[in-house]
Amino acid sequence: MKIVVAIVRPEKLNDVLGSLFDAEVRGLSISRVQGHGGEMDRVETYRGTTVKMELSEKVRLEIGVSDHFVEPTVKAILASARTGEVGDGKVFVIPVEKVFRIRTGEEDQAAVTPVAVTAA
Amino acid sequence: MNGADTTWVLVATALVLLMTPALAFFYGGLVRSKNALNTMMMSVASLGVVGVAWALLGYSLAFAPGPPLIGGLAHTFLRGVGLDPSPAAATIPHLLFMAFQGTFAIITAALISGAIVERKRFSAYLLFITLWSLLVYAPVAHWVWGGGFLGKLGALDFAGGTVVHINAGAAAFVAAMMLGPRKDFARQATLPHHVPFVLLGAGLLWFGWFGFNGGSALAASGAATLAFVNTFLAPMATLVVWTILDLSRSGRATAVGAATGIVVGLVAITPAAGFVSPISALGLGALAAFPSYFAILYRARTRLDDSLDVVAAHGLGGTVGALLTGVFAEKAWNGTADGLLFGNVRQFLVQLLAVLVTIVFSAAATWLLLRLVNLVIPIKVGPRDEGLGLDVTQHGEEAYGSGEGAILILPGASRSAVDPAVSPEPVAEGGRA
Repeated sequence: MKIVVAIVRPEKLNDVLGSLFDAEVRGLSISRVQGHGGEMDRVETYRGTTVKMELSEKVRLEIGVSDHFVEPTVKAILASARTGEVGDGKVFVIPVEKVFRIRTGEEDQAAVTPVAVTAA
Repeated sequence: MNGADTTWVLVATALVLLMTPALAFFYGGLVRSKNALNTMMMSVASLGVVGVAWALLGYSLAFAPGPPLIGGLAHTFLRGVGLDPSPAAATIPHLLFMAFQGTFAIITAALISGAIVERKRFSAYLLFITLWSLLVYAPVAHWVWGGGFLGKLGALDFAGGTVVHINAGAAAFVAAMMLGPRKDFARQATLPHHVPFVLLGAGLLWFGWFGFNGGSALAASGAATLAFVNTFLAPMATLVVWTILDLSRSGRATAVGAATGIVVGLVAITPAAGFVSPISALGLGALAAFPSYFAILYRARTRLDDSLDVVAAHGLGGTVGALLTGVFAEKAWNGTADGLLFGNVRQFLVQLLAVLVTIVFSAAATWLLLRLVNLVIPIKVGPRDEGLGLDVTQHGEEAYGSGEGAILILPGASRSAVDPAVSPEPVAEGGRA
């Protein structure tokens, strides 16, 4: 198994989620983070104070996937999160030692395989 | 007595009272989130201590007959302040006049707080504004409105350019100097944490200001209409000029700038409201933008941590308004006096004198008062408390707490008795140390 960690622009998040959905990637979590990726500093002015904002808002996605899902996941993110400007973000693919599904206690491959939820 | 006049001043009193919570939002949005409640409380607290001090003693010191420099003690504890016609305005009850004037004392004291946010010990602040309202505000109000020497000289101050804004601005300058800068001042960017609050505050201040200026006619009259419409027009002109200055300097019209421009326009028209023509009010509002705008830019580069620019907005805005009152005053509109523009040089000089006297007295008296207060309670918090923020250290509250990690301390019951696994020292760990 791998965990795919992607840092993307917040304004591209909906595109990324849509693209992942189309690639049938389910099961992810996101968090709001701040970072600096070499993009131009944003300048803000408050009365007599001018400041350079060194940190930009980004969204961090964490997606646990089985090995054969790594490529479609990464491709979906690369295609949907790109604007071509500095600051589009990064994708990291990190090996995972062990995964458990809390509800059932399933492990590894089974734990990251989505279950089809059927309406009752 | 007149029912219409009484009705209007009743409404105006409520409008002016609203300006103090409005100021809490204006100032509260401009500080960092860890000091939001403390900053708002500095305005809200004035509704309490200054309001009570006004009823017990301040009103008498400002408006009871007395020597030229301060009012007498005839109206202490509201003695003789009843439903009979007010000596200052025969068509409204005396009691109403007291309440209307009380709202002015409350907001003037609260205005000073903008210069000393994020570092003033709250208990020392309470003591300071209570004494300030009695020993600085009341005498100046007496000089201009209570039959004192500036009023007798013919100084024009319709609703408080000298009494309220220059007075608070001079006190703010001295208070900021004496307290010294915040530890982060000029080292870190201290940015507004909630600009929408600033705009909300500015909007509510403008709304309340119709009572402040319009109500100062003390009658539902033509003079009230003139003051009301001038209060409507002048800040509009200031807002336009402020926006143009913003655009030409940085290419962007800022929201904090818009809110500041509105307040500066309101401050500047205050002394002039019932004395100048509506077209002059537009001109006065436009002119008033320049000194305050550039003073705010300049102040940020100095060592003076007048954190929310009370000196530039209120002190300088009030001074410009008071002086321009002496320029634009028009007998055809006010029936009292002409200004410089209409050939009356003396009026301009009287205005200048009133401004200087107020600045000198307010600065000196504020300096003395803060020295005295500092002997009783240290006026500044320590750097550790400043770092943690005054919300937690002064009030034991947070403006934007998530509630996560808050463990309820049950009175009389030790947490460990319920579940020994939770913590070996439950009570000591429960609160934020």
